[in-house]
Amino acid sequence: MKEDEYCELDFEENILQSPINRREFLKITAGGIFVLFTLGDTSVLAQQRRSSGRSGTPSDFNAYLRIGEDGRVTCFTGKIEMGQGIVTSLAQMLAEELDVSLETVDMVMGDTNLCPWDRGTFGSMTTRFFGPPLRAAGAEARGVLMELAAEYLEVPKDRLIAKNGVISDKSKPQNQVTYAQLAKGKKITRRLKKEAQLKKASEFTVIGKPVKRTDALEKVTGKAQYAGDVQLPGMLYACILRPPAHGATLKKVDTAPAQKINGVQVVQDGDLIAVLHKYPDVAERALAQIKADYDVPPAKVDDKTIFQHLLNTAPRGSTAAEGGSLKNGESQSSITVEETYLNSYVAHAPIEPHTAVAKIEGNKITIWASTQSPFGLQSAVTNTLGFSAENVHVLTPFVGGGFGGKNYNQQGVEAARLAKLTGKPVQVAWSRKEEFTYDPFRPAAIVKIKSGVTESGKLALWDYHVYFAGSRGAQQFYEIPHHLTAVHGSGWRSTPGTHPFRTGPWRAPANNTNTFARESHIDTMAEKAGIDPLEFRLKNLTDQKMVRVLKTAAKKFGWTPSKAPSGRGYGIACGIDSGTYVATMAEVEVNKKTGHVQVKRIICAQDMGLVINLEGARLQMEGCIIMGLGYALTEEIHFEGGKILDLNFDTYEITRFSWLPKIETVLIDDKNAPAQGGGEPAIVTMGGVIANAIYDAIGVRLLQLPMTPERIKEQMIKG
Amino acid sequence: MKEIIQFKLNKKPVKVTVDSDRMLLWVLRTDLGLTGAKYGCGEGYCGSCTVLIDKRAVRSCILPVKNVKGKEVTTIEGLAKNGVLHPLQKAFIAHDALQCGYCTPGMILRAYSFLQKTPKPTHSDIIKNLDGNLCRCGSHNRIVQAIQSAAKEMKGE
Ligand code: FES
Ligand code: FES
Repeated sequence: MKEDEYCELDFEENILQSPINRREFLKITAGGIFVLFTLGDTSVLAQQRRSSGRSGTPSDFNAYLRIGEDGRVTCFTGKIEMGQGIVTSLAQMLAEELDVSLETVDMVMGDTNLCPWDRGTFGSMTTRFFGPPLRAAGAEARGVLMELAAEYLEVPKDRLIAKNGVISDKSKPQNQVTYAQLAKGKKITRRLKKEAQLKKASEFTVIGKPVKRTDALEKVTGKAQYAGDVQLPGMLYACILRPPAHGATLKKVDTAPAQKINGVQVVQDGDLIAVLHKYPDVAERALAQIKADYDVPPAKVDDKTIFQHLLNTAPRGSTAAEGGSLKNGESQSSITVEETYLNSYVAHAPIEPHTAVAKIEGNKITIWASTQSPFGLQSAVTNTLGFSAENVHVLTPFVGGGFGGKNYNQQGVEAARLAKLTGKPVQVAWSRKEEFTYDPFRPAAIVKIKSGVTESGKLALWDYHVYFAGSRGAQQFYEIPHHLTAVHGSGWRSTPGTHPFRTGPWRAPANNTNTFARESHIDTMAEKAGIDPLEFRLKNLTDQKMVRVLKTAAKKFGWTPSKAPSGRGYGIACGIDSGTYVATMAEVEVNKKTGHVQVKRIICAQDMGLVINLEGARLQMEGCIIMGLGYALTEEIHFEGGKILDLNFDTYEITRFSWLPKIETVLIDDKNAPAQGGGEPAIVTMGGVIANAIYDAIGVRLLQLPMTPERIKEQMIKG
Repeated sequence: MKEIIQFKLNKKPVKVTVDSDRMLLWVLRTDLGLTGAKYGCGEGYCGSCTVLIDKRAVRSCILPVKNVKGKEVTTIEGLAKNGVLHPLQKAFIAHDALQCGYCTPGMILRAYSFLQKTPKPTHSDIIKNLDGNLCRCGSHNRIVQAIQSAAKEMKGE
């Protein structure tokens, strides 16, 4: 686990000291057995925090579980479900440690009144960091139940066995008691202090099994509620007047024509002008009637000139890794290669746009929001609207996709402001155009690499500079004696004037860019050295975990050595993200006339340590692969200065059914290794693997993402 | 212009007095309180607003409500019969054919409509027919598998 992975995820906006005395939570909950715990209770994160000198996780507790008087197990956590499947995998962990059936576990997520503070759901951190203390809390609770049962049954603890929420005497099974009976009339609170005795892998009955999503029934029947489905009596839908470009200022506005429409309410409060109506479509039509003049600053950059602009503004790099001496590396190398890799801005584009509903009663405000960071929204509303934090209640219904884009809560603050201004419940549901405009895009970025290889095919030199993507995944893992990795600028905390609009973390932030550059470059080195790309990697690797995933993928794929370009269209790429190792192989077909790429087959092998939900993990891998086709092949935000040109799915193309390759996923289920991240790793290799496969197919090296037909044809002409 | 529009919604007759140029999606979601059909793009590009009109899939975000006069509208809420899930719904659960679930109602109804016409679809039939429905979570493979297995169970019903 490298430190930067965690630092990269450290959203300043999300850090908030819990405004509520967390002990209050326990007053409002009913009886039962409680175990309180915090993320810091596991060694992984505690070490991380010590080494980085950061904190941000409360030390008393930030989640808890309850065995209710009805015997049901409830986990209260500020984490949220946005498709990644933790609603199922977290419940599995509890069911395992507590010896109850999965159906007995309820997850209460992202509710700021019921759940203690949590920094947010991102960075594939839930399973890695939240999972271990959650399991420990489950084990602790089981310990308490065992003590109670021993007393109740008058049998020593070591003679007891728990199964399906029932504790019985091993030698006299009819002598038994249920968890419900034990919890009845009790109010026992335990703080998880040390790691309780977790079950061993050999004892697992729920962890590691393929479990179907527990939220599927609601989702296939239309019952699952998303923020936009929250409808309150008297609620108004708001449409907000937006400038034509980022950076534009309002000169003149005439709202009178909108006001003429029956039932329309127009509000203006400083920079916020909105039209409200009980029907969203009527509000939208009314908004179109508003006449507004803007001063639009001249565009200084566009999607073509941005890279030079970024290089001009780039700060000095900070060294992420260093070893040997670049000079020696250079003199040892028989071949050196220097190359620059680019990638464009991409949008998160969840199918559910940012949405929030806010309602004010007296001095209290309630907000339902599609957010990855409910507590971030609570603090934003506290700061901007002057509510005291304990009076801001944020609820998170199902979130229709996040991918890192729903951390900023702009729409939640807008809904809150408008509820305050109108005195009515207000829903703000961004249009697709707003979604494409205010999304914090994955930053455009540049990677410059100079590398060298010795006569015997060993990498000797690696001089790596990444600009504005961020550090995650920048450090290479090959065995290179003389190397330097420098990170210039962060992915999202850049000085004003760097990007023409907001940027932010996008599924496996920085790592998609870094892995694309590194793995493309490694293939070029292999070719120059005259060695098959798989063999070249293995020759330059000592990390056995990486060797294992590569060999696993190669076996499944049926890789046979050849020198690129072989004409077969085979590609390979590997990477590490969130503690998980990934190796991906692809077969592509390139239409030389049109430049169109069809990916025929993807094999992805992944080592994520212990796998909690075998099916859920595969689903995430497939999701990563399919979503990754988009940033590899088509996704790119076009813009002129602050004006975004791609405003819907007609020009911003995401993966469709017709692009689907045959996908096979292989999990190296290392049951005795700690569980690692699963929501992001398999996406990081997608740019590199397809770039390498295209090269193998037609001998053309694409240095910029996305690899559109135009770019492919352009490169073919250049040769 | 306000008009009285009558149609069948999930088997029950309904009557709404609305500006008949309003899009069906919003009339369903607000006037009629059925939120299963989702807004994804508002311009016909994503399919998350899909509903059935006389058993054919349409995009309700670009369909004026006057066009459903006298017709039969089915939303995802009306697909299960007497609490028994439709084979497509069952298959989506069985194949884990969803993640965030936001595109799911549209996917299921699109598949329903397509299976009416093509009860024994090939893999490529399914892909062709669903190409206009977007899923950002990447559940595509599972969706295809779910539709295949539902088609088998339905045996052309
Ligand atoms: S919302 Fe109707 S097609 Fe996208
Ligand atoms: S499951 Fe999330 S968009 Fe399809």
